[in-house]
Amino acid sequence: MSSWLWRKRRNTSTNRKIKDSCYSSSYNDDASSDRNPVLYLRNLTYGYVSHRAVIENVSLQIPKGMFIGLLGPSGSGKSTLIKIILGLLKPWSGSMEYNLSNTTYAFKQVDKRLVIGYVPQIETVDWNFPVTVREVVSMGIWDRSGISPFLSKNTVIEIDRVLDSLEIRGHEFGKRQIRELSGGEQQRIFLARALIRKPSILVLDEPISGIDHNTREKILSILKSLSKSGLTIIMTTHDLSGIARRLPWVVCMNKKIIAEGTPSETLTDANLLKTYGLVDNNNEGDAGDDIAV
Amino acid sequence: MASDPNILLLPFQYEFFLRAIIVSILVGGVCGLLGVYIVLRGMSYIGHGMSHAVFGGAVASYIVGFNFYIGATIWGFVSAFLINEITRRNKIKPDAAIGVVTTAGFAIGVFLISTTRSYTRNFEALLFGNILGITDQDLIVILLVTIITSAFLFFFQKRLLFTLFDKEAANVYGVRTTVVELLFSLILATVVIASMNSIGVTLLAAGIVAPAISARMITSNFTKMVLSSTIMGVIIAFLGMYSSYYFDSASGSTIVLYGAAAFGISSLYAYLCKIYQRHSHGRLVHSHPHTHIEEHKQEHLRKP
Repeated sequence: MSSWLWRKRRNTSTNRKIKDSCYSSSYNDDASSDRNPVLYLRNLTYGYVSHRAVIENVSLQIPKGMFIGLLGPSGSGKSTLIKIILGLLKPWSGSMEYNLSNTTYAFKQVDKRLVIGYVPQIETVDWNFPVTVREVVSMGIWDRSGISPFLSKNTVIEIDRVLDSLEIRGHEFGKRQIRELSGGEQQRIFLARALIRKPSILVLDEPISGIDHNTREKILSILKSLSKSGLTIIMTTHDLSGIARRLPWVVCMNKKIIAEGTPSETLTDANLLKTYGLVDNNNEGDAGDDIAV
Repeated sequence: MASDPNILLLPFQYEFFLRAIIVSILVGGVCGLLGVYIVLRGMSYIGHGMSHAVFGGAVASYIVGFNFYIGATIWGFVSAFLINEITRRNKIKPDAAIGVVTTAGFAIGVFLISTTRSYTRNFEALLFGNILGITDQDLIVILLVTIITSAFLFFFQKRLLFTLFDKEAANVYGVRTTVVELLFSLILATVVIASMNSIGVTLLAAGIVAPAISARMITSNFTKMVLSSTIMGVIIAFLGMYSSYYFDSASGSTIVLYGAAAFGISSLYAYLCKIYQRHSHGRLVHSHPHTHIEEHKQEHLRKP
Protein backbone atom coordinates (compact mmCIF):
# COMPACT_ATOMS: atom_id res chain seq x y z
CA MET A 1 0.00 0.00 0.00
CA SER A 2 1.52 3.28 -1.01
CA SER A 3 2.15 5.85 1.64
CA TRP A 4 -0.05 8.92 1.84
CA LEU A 5 0.98 12.52 2.26
CA TRP A 6 -1.15 14.07 5.02
CA ARG A 7 -1.80 17.63 5.96
CA LYS A 8 -3.86 18.89 8.91
CA ARG A 9 -7.01 20.77 8.13
CA ARG A 10 -7.14 24.28 9.53
CA ASN A 11 -10.04 25.89 11.39
CA THR A 12 -11.73 22.70 12.44
CA SER A 13 -12.63 21.67 15.90
CA THR A 14 -11.69 18.05 15.26
CA ASN A 15 -8.13 17.32 14.34
CA ARG A 16 -8.92 15.31 11.23
CA LYS A 17 -6.19 14.30 8.83
CA ILE A 18 -6.91 14.51 5.17
CA LYS A 19 -5.08 13.20 2.18
CA ASP A 20 -2.94 15.84 0.52
CA SER A 21 -4.50 16.77 -2.75
CA CYS A 22 -4.63 19.62 -5.20
CA TYR A 23 -7.89 20.93 -3.79
CA SER A 24 -7.44 20.42 -0.03
CA SER A 25 -6.31 23.99 0.50
CA SER A 26 -9.61 25.22 -0.93
CA TYR A 27 -11.53 23.64 1.89
CA ASN A 28 -9.25 24.47 4.77
CA ASP A 29 -10.70 27.81 5.75
CA ASP A 30 -14.48 27.54 6.16
CA ALA A 31 -14.92 31.19 7.02
CA SER A 32 -13.23 32.63 3.98
CA SER A 33 -13.82 29.84 1.49
CA ASP A 34 -16.12 30.69 -1.34
CA ARG A 35 -16.00 27.18 -2.76
CA ASN A 36 -18.42 25.37 -0.44
CA PRO A 37 -21.92 26.47 -1.34
CA VAL A 38 -25.19 24.99 -0.24
CA LEU A 39 -27.37 24.10 -3.18
CA TYR A 40 -31.14 24.62 -3.10
CA LEU A 41 -33.44 22.98 -5.61
CA ARG A 42 -37.05 24.15 -5.37
CA ASN A 43 -40.02 22.48 -7.06
CA LEU A 44 -38.21 21.49 -10.22
CA THR A 45 -40.33 20.03 -13.01
CA TYR A 46 -39.08 18.91 -16.39
CA GLY A 47 -39.92 16.55 -19.23
CA TYR A 48 -38.51 15.73 -22.64
CA VAL A 49 -41.98 15.60 -24.19
CA SER A 50 -44.59 18.23 -23.48
CA HIS A 51 -47.19 17.33 -20.83
CA ARG A 52 -45.13 14.31 -19.74
CA ALA A 53 -42.87 15.26 -16.87
CA VAL A 54 -39.88 13.10 -16.06
CA ILE A 55 -39.38 14.85 -12.72
CA GLU A 56 -42.11 16.65 -10.82
CA ASN A 57 -41.83 19.20 -8.02
CA VAL A 58 -38.43 17.98 -6.92
CA SER A 59 -37.05 19.95 -4.00
CA LEU A 60 -33.72 19.26 -2.34
CA GLN A 61 -31.43 21.10 -0.02
CA ILE A 62 -27.88 19.88 -0.37
CA PRO A 63 -25.64 20.84 2.55
CA LYS A 64 -22.02 21.75 2.20
CA GLY A 65 -19.66 18.81 2.18
CA MET A 66 -22.42 16.23 1.94
CA PHE A 67 -21.99 13.01 -0.02
CA ILE A 68 -25.41 12.26 -1.49
CA GLY A 69 -26.53 9.25 -3.43
CA LEU A 70 -29.46 9.65 -5.81
CA LEU A 71 -31.13 6.30 -5.97
CA GLY A 72 -33.85 5.12 -8.32
CA PRO A 73 -34.65 2.74 -11.14
CA SER A 74 -33.96 3.49 -14.79
CA GLY A 75 -36.23 6.25 -15.99
CA SER A 76 -36.79 7.68 -12.52
CA GLY A 77 -35.33 11.05 -13.46
CA LYS A 78 -31.94 10.81 -11.72
CA SER A 79 -29.91 11.72 -14.77
CA THR A 80 -32.44 14.41 -15.72
CA LEU A 81 -32.09 16.00 -12.30
CA ILE A 82 -28.33 15.81 -12.65
CA LYS A 83 -28.48 17.55 -16.02
CA ILE A 84 -30.62 20.31 -14.58
CA ILE A 85 -28.10 20.81 -11.77
CA LEU A 86 -25.35 20.92 -14.38
CA GLY A 87 -27.23 23.52 -16.35
CA LEU A 88 -27.65 21.32 -19.40
CA LEU A 89 -31.43 21.39 -19.17
CA LYS A 90 -33.70 24.25 -18.24
CA PRO A 91 -36.57 23.16 -15.99
CA TRP A 92 -40.13 23.91 -16.95
CA SER A 93 -40.71 25.35 -13.53
CA GLY A 94 -38.96 25.75 -10.23
CA SER A 95 -35.75 27.42 -9.26
CA MET A 96 -32.23 26.69 -8.13
CA GLU A 97 -30.05 28.69 -5.80
CA TYR A 98 -26.70 28.26 -4.22
CA ASN A 99 -25.30 29.81 -1.10
CA LEU A 100 -21.81 31.22 -1.33
CA SER A 101 -20.29 33.00 1.67
CA ASN A 102 -23.72 33.54 3.19
CA THR A 103 -25.05 35.13 0.02
CA THR A 104 -27.66 33.39 -2.08
CA TYR A 105 -27.38 33.46 -5.86
CA ALA A 106 -29.73 32.23 -8.50
CA PHE A 107 -28.27 29.24 -10.23
CA LYS A 108 -27.13 29.95 -13.73
CA GLN A 109 -25.11 27.95 -16.17
CA VAL A 110 -21.45 28.87 -16.56
CA ASP A 111 -21.38 30.85 -13.36
CA LYS A 112 -17.77 31.34 -12.43
CA ARG A 113 -18.58 31.73 -8.76
CA LEU A 114 -19.84 28.18 -8.64
CA VAL A 115 -17.52 25.59 -10.10
CA ILE A 116 -19.04 22.23 -10.84
CA GLY A 117 -17.06 19.13 -11.61
CA TYR A 118 -18.81 16.52 -13.72
CA VAL A 119 -18.00 12.85 -14.20
CA PRO A 120 -20.24 11.38 -16.92
CA GLN A 121 -21.00 7.75 -17.50
CA ILE A 122 -18.03 6.15 -19.22
CA GLU A 123 -20.36 4.51 -21.74
CA THR A 124 -21.21 7.92 -23.22
CA VAL A 125 -17.65 8.58 -24.36
CA ASP A 126 -15.81 7.42 -27.50
CA TRP A 127 -12.78 5.71 -25.99
CA ASN A 128 -11.19 5.28 -29.42
CA PHE A 129 -10.75 9.03 -29.66
CA PRO A 130 -7.03 9.74 -30.18
CA VAL A 131 -6.26 11.65 -27.00
CA THR A 132 -3.88 10.96 -24.16
CA VAL A 133 -4.63 10.88 -20.46
CA ARG A 134 -3.01 14.30 -20.00
CA GLU A 135 -5.04 15.82 -22.81
CA VAL A 136 -8.28 14.56 -21.26
CA VAL A 137 -7.42 15.82 -17.78
CA SER A 138 -6.28 19.18 -19.19
CA MET A 139 -9.77 19.64 -20.65
CA GLY A 140 -10.90 20.38 -17.12
CA ILE A 141 -8.87 23.59 -17.17
CA TRP A 142 -9.18 24.43 -20.85
CA ASP A 143 -9.89 28.06 -19.99
CA ARG A 144 -7.05 28.45 -17.51
CA SER A 145 -4.17 26.81 -19.32
CA GLY A 146 -3.36 29.45 -21.91
CA ILE A 147 -4.23 30.02 -25.54
CA SER A 148 -1.67 27.65 -26.97
CA PRO A 149 -2.98 24.18 -27.82
CA PHE A 150 0.15 22.66 -26.30
CA LEU A 151 0.32 21.79 -22.61
CA SER A 152 2.64 24.04 -20.62
CA LYS A 153 5.06 22.66 -18.05
CA ASN A 154 2.98 24.02 -15.18
CA THR A 155 -0.15 22.39 -16.58
CA VAL A 156 1.64 19.04 -16.88
CA ILE A 157 2.83 19.32 -13.27
CA GLU A 158 -0.70 20.13 -12.12
CA ILE A 159 -2.13 17.20 -14.08
CA ASP A 160 0.44 14.79 -12.66
CA ARG A 161 -0.34 16.06 -9.17
CA VAL A 162 -4.06 15.43 -9.58
CA LEU A 163 -3.42 11.96 -11.03
CA ASP A 164 -1.08 11.22 -8.14
CA SER A 165 -3.78 12.19 -5.65
CA LEU A 166 -6.03 9.59 -7.28
CA GLU A 167 -3.43 6.85 -6.91
CA ILE A 168 -2.42 6.98 -10.55
CA ARG A 169 1.31 6.99 -10.32
CA GLY A 170 3.97 7.55 -12.88
CA HIS A 171 4.84 10.41 -15.18
CA GLU A 172 4.52 8.07 -18.17
CA PHE A 173 0.90 7.27 -17.46
CA GLY A 174 -0.13 10.69 -18.66
CA LYS A 175 1.18 9.96 -22.13
CA ARG A 176 -0.93 6.85 -22.58
CA GLN A 177 -3.84 6.80 -24.99
CA ILE A 178 -7.20 6.57 -23.28
CA ARG A 179 -8.18 3.47 -25.23
CA GLU A 180 -5.43 1.56 -23.42
CA LEU A 181 -7.05 2.18 -20.03
CA SER A 182 -9.11 -0.18 -17.94
CA GLY A 183 -12.62 0.77 -16.81
CA GLY A 184 -11.42 1.86 -13.38
CA GLU A 185 -8.62 3.95 -14.85
CA GLN A 186 -11.06 5.60 -17.25
CA GLN A 187 -13.30 6.54 -14.36
CA ARG A 188 -10.39 8.01 -12.42
CA ILE A 189 -9.27 10.02 -15.46
CA PHE A 190 -12.70 11.61 -15.62
CA LEU A 191 -12.52 12.23 -11.90
CA ALA A 192 -9.13 13.89 -12.36
CA ARG A 193 -10.59 16.06 -15.10
CA ALA A 194 -13.29 17.20 -12.72
CA LEU A 195 -11.03 17.70 -9.70
CA ILE A 196 -8.33 19.68 -11.49
CA ARG A 197 -10.97 22.37 -11.80
CA LYS A 198 -11.20 22.61 -7.99
CA PRO A 199 -14.98 22.30 -8.01
CA SER A 200 -17.39 23.32 -5.30
CA ILE A 201 -19.73 20.50 -6.22
CA LEU A 202 -18.82 17.20 -7.80
CA VAL A 203 -21.55 15.47 -9.79
CA LEU A 204 -21.10 11.88 -10.88
CA ASP A 205 -23.48 9.92 -13.11
CA GLU A 206 -23.32 6.20 -12.36
CA PRO A 207 -19.57 6.20 -11.69
CA ILE A 208 -19.54 2.68 -10.35
CA SER A 209 -21.44 0.89 -13.10
CA GLY A 210 -19.57 -1.55 -15.30
CA ILE A 211 -16.42 -1.83 -13.21
CA ASP A 212 -15.09 -4.63 -11.04
CA HIS A 213 -15.47 -4.88 -7.29
CA ASN A 214 -11.92 -3.85 -6.34
CA THR A 215 -11.99 -0.78 -8.56
CA ARG A 216 -15.41 0.12 -7.24
CA GLU A 217 -14.12 0.01 -3.68
CA LYS A 218 -11.14 2.14 -4.63
CA ILE A 219 -13.30 4.80 -6.26
CA LEU A 220 -15.73 4.84 -3.35
CA SER A 221 -12.84 5.25 -0.97
CA ILE A 222 -11.54 8.18 -3.02
CA LEU A 223 -14.97 9.82 -3.08
CA LYS A 224 -15.42 9.42 0.66
CA SER A 225 -12.03 10.94 1.25
CA LEU A 226 -12.99 13.87 -1.01
CA SER A 227 -16.21 14.31 0.89
CA LYS A 228 -14.32 14.42 4.19
CA SER A 229 -12.20 17.18 2.67
CA GLY A 230 -15.33 19.27 2.33
CA LEU A 231 -16.33 18.65 -1.27
CA THR A 232 -20.06 18.33 -1.89
CA ILE A 233 -20.72 15.21 -3.92
CA ILE A 234 -23.87 14.16 -5.73
CA MET A 235 -23.80 10.71 -7.23
CA THR A 236 -26.47 8.75 -9.05
CA THR A 237 -26.65 5.02 -8.61
CA HIS A 238 -29.06 2.19 -9.05
CA ASP A 239 -26.94 -0.21 -6.98
CA LEU A 240 -28.96 -0.59 -3.84
CA SER A 241 -26.98 -3.16 -1.91
CA GLY A 242 -23.41 -2.46 -3.00
CA ILE A 243 -23.39 1.33 -2.96
CA ALA A 244 -26.47 3.06 -1.68
CA ARG A 245 -26.41 1.42 1.73
CA ARG A 246 -22.86 2.64 2.30
CA LEU A 247 -23.40 6.29 1.53
CA PRO A 248 -23.93 8.82 4.32
CA TRP A 249 -27.07 10.30 2.71
CA VAL A 250 -29.47 8.76 0.23
CA VAL A 251 -32.27 10.31 -1.78
CA CYS A 252 -34.81 7.90 -3.25
CA MET A 253 -36.59 9.21 -6.28
CA ASN A 254 -38.94 8.07 -8.94
CA LYS A 255 -40.15 11.15 -10.74
CA LYS A 256 -40.55 12.72 -7.32
CA ILE A 257 -38.53 12.57 -4.15
CA ILE A 258 -39.78 9.54 -2.25
CA ALA A 259 -37.55 9.88 0.79
CA GLU A 260 -34.16 11.13 1.90
CA GLY A 261 -31.93 10.56 4.85
CA THR A 262 -29.40 8.06 6.11
CA PRO A 263 -29.62 4.62 4.49
CA SER A 264 -31.11 3.05 7.59
CA GLU A 265 -33.85 5.69 7.71
CA THR A 266 -34.50 5.84 3.98
CA LEU A 267 -34.09 2.35 2.58
CA THR A 268 -37.15 0.91 4.27
CA ASP A 269 -39.54 -1.50 2.63
CA ALA A 270 -42.17 1.14 2.19
CA ASN A 271 -39.80 3.58 0.52
CA LEU A 272 -38.26 0.91 -1.69
CA LEU A 273 -41.70 -0.21 -2.74
CA LYS A 274 -42.54 3.32 -3.79
CA THR A 275 -39.18 3.80 -5.51
CA TYR A 276 -38.75 0.50 -7.28
CA GLY A 277 -42.05 -1.23 -6.84
CA LEU A 278 -40.18 -4.02 -5.06
CA VAL A 279 -38.92 -4.88 -1.60
CA ASP A 280 -35.23 -5.34 -0.73
CA ASN A 281 -34.53 -8.62 1.07
CA ASN A 282 -31.21 -7.24 2.41
CA ASN A 283 -33.03 -4.86 4.72
CA GLU A 284 -32.29 -6.22 8.21
CA GLY A 285 -35.25 -7.10 10.35
CA ASP A 286 -37.43 -7.81 7.39
CA ALA A 287 -36.75 -11.48 6.99
CA GLY A 288 -39.12 -13.29 4.78
CA ASP A 289 -39.78 -10.38 2.41
CA ASP A 290 -39.70 -10.74 -1.36
CA ILE A 291 -36.37 -10.57 -3.13
CA ALA A 292 -35.61 -7.23 -4.71
CA VAL A 293 -33.77 -6.66 -7.95
CA MET B 1 18.23 15.29 -76.30
CA ALA B 2 17.17 16.72 -72.91
CA SER B 3 18.69 15.15 -69.81
CA ASP B 4 16.49 13.56 -67.13
CA PRO B 5 16.64 16.40 -64.59
CA ASN B 6 15.38 18.86 -67.21
CA ILE B 7 12.43 16.62 -68.01
CA LEU B 8 11.49 16.47 -64.32
CA LEU B 9 11.63 20.26 -64.08
CA LEU B 10 9.79 20.85 -67.34
CA PRO B 11 6.38 21.72 -65.85
CA PHE B 12 7.85 24.42 -63.60
CA GLN B 13 8.83 26.60 -66.49
CA TYR B 14 5.19 27.48 -66.99
CA GLU B 15 3.84 30.25 -64.78
CA PHE B 16 0.32 28.84 -64.73
CA PHE B 17 1.69 25.51 -63.53
CA LEU B 18 3.71 27.15 -60.77
CA ARG B 19 0.59 28.95 -59.60
CA ALA B 20 -1.35 25.68 -59.77
CA ILE B 21 1.30 23.89 -57.70
CA ILE B 22 1.23 26.60 -55.03
CA VAL B 23 -2.57 26.51 -54.92
CA SER B 24 -2.67 22.72 -54.74
CA ILE B 25 -0.16 22.70 -51.87
CA LEU B 26 -2.16 25.28 -49.95
CA VAL B 27 -5.46 23.51 -50.61
CA GLY B 28 -3.98 20.11 -49.79
CA GLY B 29 -2.52 21.37 -46.55
CA VAL B 30 -5.60 23.18 -45.30
CA CYS B 31 -7.91 20.32 -46.30
CA GLY B 32 -5.62 17.85 -44.53
CA LEU B 33 -5.63 20.03 -41.42
CA LEU B 34 -9.38 20.54 -41.33
CA GLY B 35 -10.10 16.95 -42.31
CA VAL B 36 -8.82 15.67 -38.96
CA TYR B 37 -11.59 17.43 -37.08
CA ILE B 38 -14.21 16.36 -39.59
CA VAL B 39 -13.19 12.71 -39.37
CA LEU B 40 -13.08 12.80 -35.56
CA ARG B 41 -16.45 14.52 -35.52
CA GLY B 42 -17.81 11.53 -37.44
CA MET B 43 -19.20 13.78 -40.15
CA SER B 44 -17.01 12.95 -43.11
CA TYR B 45 -19.93 13.48 -45.45
CA ILE B 46 -20.27 17.12 -44.47
CA GLY B 47 -17.41 18.04 -46.78
CA HIS B 48 -19.19 16.31 -49.63
CA GLY B 49 -22.49 17.90 -48.74
CA MET B 50 -21.12 21.38 -48.20
CA SER B 51 -19.35 21.40 -51.55
CA HIS B 52 -22.63 20.49 -53.23
CA ALA B 53 -24.53 23.15 -51.31
CA VAL B 54 -22.06 25.83 -52.30
CA PHE B 55 -22.52 24.93 -55.96
CA GLY B 56 -26.02 26.41 -55.85
CA GLY B 57 -24.67 29.65 -54.41
CA ALA B 58 -21.91 29.83 -56.98
CA VAL B 59 -24.35 29.49 -59.87
CA ALA B 60 -26.85 31.92 -58.34
CA SER B 61 -24.18 34.55 -57.75
CA TYR B 62 -22.97 34.29 -61.35
CA ILE B 63 -26.49 34.69 -62.74
CA VAL B 64 -27.30 37.65 -60.48
CA GLY B 65 -23.96 39.24 -61.21
CA PHE B 66 -22.40 38.95 -57.77
CA ASN B 67 -18.78 38.17 -57.22
CA PHE B 68 -18.47 34.39 -57.18
CA TYR B 69 -16.82 34.30 -53.75
CA ILE B 70 -19.36 36.59 -52.12
CA GLY B 71 -22.35 34.65 -53.42
CA ALA B 72 -20.87 31.25 -52.67
CA THR B 73 -19.76 32.38 -49.20
CA ILE B 74 -23.21 33.68 -48.29
CA TRP B 75 -24.77 30.46 -49.53
CA GLY B 76 -22.21 28.33 -47.73
CA PHE B 77 -22.71 30.20 -44.46
CA VAL B 78 -26.49 29.89 -44.71
CA SER B 79 -26.14 26.13 -45.38
CA ALA B 80 -23.78 25.69 -42.42
CA PHE B 81 -26.12 27.64 -40.16
CA LEU B 82 -29.16 25.64 -41.31
CA ILE B 83 -27.40 22.30 -40.77
CA ASN B 84 -26.37 23.28 -37.26
CA GLU B 85 -29.76 24.67 -36.29
CA ILE B 86 -31.77 21.75 -37.71
CA THR B 87 -29.56 19.26 -35.89
CA ARG B 88 -29.69 21.19 -32.64
CA ARG B 89 -33.38 21.97 -32.45
CA ASN B 90 -34.95 18.84 -33.84
CA LYS B 91 -34.76 15.13 -33.43
CA ILE B 92 -32.95 14.83 -36.76
CA LYS B 93 -29.43 13.48 -36.91
CA PRO B 94 -26.71 15.50 -38.65
CA ASP B 95 -26.47 13.18 -41.67
CA ALA B 96 -30.14 13.68 -42.50
CA ALA B 97 -29.92 17.45 -42.09
CA ILE B 98 -26.85 17.55 -44.30
CA GLY B 99 -28.53 15.33 -46.89
CA VAL B 100 -31.50 17.64 -47.23
CA VAL B 101 -29.85 21.05 -47.00
CA THR B 102 -26.90 20.35 -49.23
CA THR B 103 -28.67 18.45 -51.98
CA ALA B 104 -31.30 21.18 -52.05
CA GLY B 105 -28.51 23.70 -52.56
CA PHE B 106 -27.04 21.66 -55.36
CA ALA B 107 -30.46 21.20 -56.92
CA ILE B 108 -31.02 24.96 -56.90
CA GLY B 109 -27.81 25.38 -58.87
CA VAL B 110 -28.85 22.80 -61.48
CA PHE B 111 -32.35 24.31 -61.63
CA LEU B 112 -30.96 27.77 -62.30
CA ILE B 113 -28.61 26.48 -64.98
CA SER B 114 -31.43 24.65 -66.75
CA THR B 115 -33.83 27.60 -66.65
CA THR B 116 -31.53 30.56 -67.16
CA ARG B 117 -30.21 30.96 -70.63
CA SER B 118 -27.65 33.55 -69.63
CA TYR B 119 -25.38 31.05 -67.87
CA THR B 120 -22.44 30.47 -70.13
CA ARG B 121 -19.78 29.62 -67.61
CA ASN B 122 -18.08 26.24 -67.86
CA PHE B 123 -20.25 23.89 -65.81
CA GLU B 124 -17.61 21.20 -65.77
CA ALA B 125 -14.94 23.43 -64.27
CA LEU B 126 -17.02 23.99 -61.16
CA LEU B 127 -17.85 20.32 -60.79
CA PHE B 128 -14.41 18.84 -61.44
CA GLY B 129 -12.10 21.78 -60.84
CA ASN B 130 -9.93 23.88 -63.08
CA ILE B 131 -6.72 24.35 -61.15
CA LEU B 132 -4.79 25.41 -64.22
CA GLY B 133 -7.21 28.30 -64.65
CA ILE B 134 -6.58 29.73 -61.17
CA THR B 135 -6.33 33.53 -61.18
CA ASP B 136 -4.35 35.80 -58.88
CA GLN B 137 -7.57 36.59 -57.02
CA ASP B 138 -8.15 32.89 -56.41
CA LEU B 139 -4.60 32.50 -55.11
CA ILE B 140 -4.99 35.39 -52.68
CA VAL B 141 -8.32 34.01 -51.45
CA ILE B 142 -6.85 30.58 -50.86
CA LEU B 143 -3.87 32.07 -49.02
CA LEU B 144 -6.15 34.14 -46.78
CA VAL B 145 -8.40 31.16 -46.08
CA THR B 146 -5.38 29.03 -45.17
CA ILE B 147 -4.20 31.65 -42.70
CA ILE B 148 -7.66 32.15 -41.18
CA THR B 149 -8.28 28.40 -40.87
CA SER B 150 -4.89 27.76 -39.30
CA ALA B 151 -5.40 30.61 -36.84
CA PHE B 152 -8.88 29.40 -35.91
CA LEU B 153 -7.72 25.83 -35.33
CA PHE B 154 -4.75 27.04 -33.29
CA PHE B 155 -6.68 29.36 -30.98
CA PHE B 156 -9.83 27.22 -30.71
CA GLN B 157 -8.12 23.86 -30.58
CA LYS B 158 -8.83 23.24 -26.90
CA ARG B 159 -12.51 24.12 -27.21
CA LEU B 160 -12.83 22.12 -30.40
CA LEU B 161 -11.12 19.05 -29.01
CA PHE B 162 -13.22 19.11 -25.87
CA THR B 163 -16.41 19.51 -27.90
CA LEU B 164 -15.50 16.64 -30.18
CA PHE B 165 -14.49 14.31 -27.36
CA ASP B 166 -17.18 14.99 -24.77
CA LYS B 167 -19.70 17.63 -25.79
CA GLU B 168 -21.84 17.33 -22.67
CA ALA B 169 -18.95 17.82 -20.26
CA ALA B 170 -17.60 20.62 -22.44
CA ASN B 171 -20.90 22.46 -21.96
CA VAL B 172 -20.73 21.95 -18.21
CA TYR B 173 -17.18 23.28 -18.09
CA GLY B 174 -18.13 26.46 -19.89
CA VAL B 175 -17.33 25.71 -23.53
CA ARG B 176 -19.95 27.29 -25.75
CA THR B 177 -20.23 24.24 -27.94
CA THR B 178 -22.97 25.68 -30.14
CA VAL B 179 -20.77 28.62 -31.07
CA VAL B 180 -17.73 26.40 -31.56
CA GLU B 181 -19.62 24.05 -33.86
CA LEU B 182 -21.11 26.90 -35.84
CA LEU B 183 -17.73 28.58 -36.28
CA PHE B 184 -16.24 25.29 -37.38
CA SER B 185 -18.97 24.82 -39.96
CA LEU B 186 -18.39 28.35 -41.25
CA ILE B 187 -14.67 27.71 -41.54
CA LEU B 188 -15.41 24.49 -43.42
CA ALA B 189 -17.71 26.36 -45.79
CA THR B 190 -14.93 28.90 -46.38
CA VAL B 191 -12.37 26.21 -47.16
CA VAL B 192 -14.80 24.48 -49.50
CA ILE B 193 -15.49 27.70 -51.37
CA ALA B 194 -11.82 28.54 -51.66
CA SER B 195 -10.94 25.05 -52.85
CA MET B 196 -13.78 24.25 -55.22
CA ASN B 197 -12.16 26.03 -58.15
CA SER B 198 -9.10 23.85 -57.85
CA ILE B 199 -10.43 20.38 -57.04
CA GLY B 200 -14.08 20.81 -57.87
CA VAL B 201 -17.32 20.20 -56.07
CA THR B 202 -17.59 16.47 -56.71
CA LEU B 203 -14.05 15.60 -55.66
CA LEU B 204 -13.50 18.01 -52.78
CA ALA B 205 -14.84 15.69 -50.10
CA ALA B 206 -12.13 13.14 -50.84
CA GLY B 207 -9.53 15.86 -50.71
CA ILE B 208 -10.67 16.73 -47.20
CA VAL B 209 -11.15 13.24 -45.83
CA ALA B 210 -8.42 11.13 -47.47
CA PRO B 211 -5.37 12.61 -45.71
CA ALA B 212 -7.13 12.55 -42.33
CA ILE B 213 -8.22 8.93 -42.47
CA SER B 214 -4.81 7.92 -43.78
CA ALA B 215 -3.21 9.66 -40.81
CA ARG B 216 -5.71 7.97 -38.47
CA MET B 217 -4.54 4.59 -39.73
CA ILE B 218 -0.94 5.24 -38.76
CA THR B 219 -1.24 7.07 -35.46
CA SER B 220 -3.49 7.25 -32.41
CA ASN B 221 -2.00 10.49 -31.15
CA PHE B 222 -4.02 13.61 -31.89
CA THR B 223 -1.07 15.96 -32.42
CA LYS B 224 0.69 13.47 -34.68
CA MET B 225 -2.54 12.91 -36.55
CA VAL B 226 -2.90 16.63 -37.26
CA LEU B 227 0.70 16.93 -38.42
CA SER B 228 0.58 13.74 -40.49
CA SER B 229 -2.69 14.67 -42.15
CA THR B 230 -1.47 18.14 -43.07
CA ILE B 231 1.83 16.87 -44.46
CA MET B 232 0.06 14.08 -46.32
CA GLY B 233 -2.41 16.58 -47.76
CA VAL B 234 0.47 18.67 -49.07
CA ILE B 235 2.35 15.70 -50.53
CA ILE B 236 -0.77 14.19 -52.11
CA ALA B 237 -1.70 17.51 -53.69
CA PHE B 238 1.81 18.13 -54.98
CA LEU B 239 2.28 14.63 -56.40
CA GLY B 240 -1.19 14.63 -57.92
CA MET B 241 -0.70 18.00 -59.52
CA TYR B 242 2.81 17.19 -60.72
CA SER B 243 2.00 13.83 -62.19
CA SER B 244 -1.15 15.13 -63.91
CA TYR B 245 1.18 17.04 -66.21
CA TYR B 246 2.82 13.86 -67.42
CA PHE B 247 -0.36 11.79 -67.44
CA ASP B 248 -2.11 14.63 -69.24
CA SER B 249 -5.04 14.03 -66.91
CA ALA B 250 -7.48 16.20 -64.99
CA SER B 251 -5.57 17.55 -62.00
CA GLY B 252 -8.41 17.32 -59.48
CA SER B 253 -9.12 13.67 -60.13
CA THR B 254 -5.40 12.80 -60.13
CA ILE B 255 -4.99 14.41 -56.72
CA VAL B 256 -7.96 12.46 -55.37
CA LEU B 257 -6.56 9.20 -56.77
CA TYR B 258 -3.28 9.87 -54.98
CA GLY B 259 -5.33 10.43 -51.84
CA ALA B 260 -7.00 7.06 -52.28
CA ALA B 261 -3.59 5.48 -52.84
CA ALA B 262 -2.32 7.09 -49.65
CA PHE B 263 -5.22 5.58 -47.74
CA GLY B 264 -4.43 2.17 -49.24
CA ILE B 265 -0.78 2.43 -48.26
CA SER B 266 -1.67 3.60 -44.73
CA SER B 267 -4.09 0.72 -44.31
CA LEU B 268 -1.44 -1.74 -45.42
CA TYR B 269 1.07 -0.16 -43.04
CA ALA B 270 -1.38 -0.41 -40.15
CA TYR B 271 -2.05 -4.05 -40.95
CA LEU B 272 1.66 -4.90 -41.15
CA CYS B 273 2.29 -3.13 -37.84
CA LYS B 274 -0.40 -5.18 -36.18
CA ILE B 275 1.06 -8.40 -37.54
CA TYR B 276 4.58 -7.40 -36.56
CA GLN B 277 3.57 -6.49 -33.02
CA ARG B 278 2.07 -9.91 -32.45
CA HIS B 279 4.80 -11.62 -30.48
CA SER B 280 5.30 -14.29 -27.84
CA HIS B 281 6.66 -14.49 -24.31
CA GLY B 282 7.11 -18.14 -23.51
CA ARG B 283 3.72 -19.68 -24.01
CA LEU B 284 1.94 -16.32 -24.15
CA VAL B 285 1.17 -15.02 -27.62
CA HIS B 286 -0.31 -11.57 -27.82
CA SER B 287 -0.30 -8.32 -29.74
CA HIS B 288 -0.15 -5.01 -27.86
CA PRO B 289 2.17 -2.04 -27.25
CA HIS B 290 5.17 -3.43 -25.44
CA THR B 291 5.90 -1.05 -22.62
CA HIS B 292 7.51 -3.26 -19.98
CA ILE B 293 5.96 -1.31 -17.17
CA GLU B 294 5.32 -3.04 -13.88
CA GLU B 295 1.76 -4.11 -14.59
CA HIS B 296 2.78 -5.58 -17.95
CA LYS B 297 5.34 -7.82 -16.28
CA GLN B 298 2.58 -9.37 -14.21
CA GLU B 299 0.91 -10.60 -17.40
CA HIS B 300 3.85 -12.89 -18.04
CA LEU B 301 3.32 -14.61 -14.73
CA ARG B 302 -0.21 -15.57 -15.65
CA LYS B 303 -0.65 -18.86 -17.32
CA PRO B 304 -2.17 -18.68 -20.80
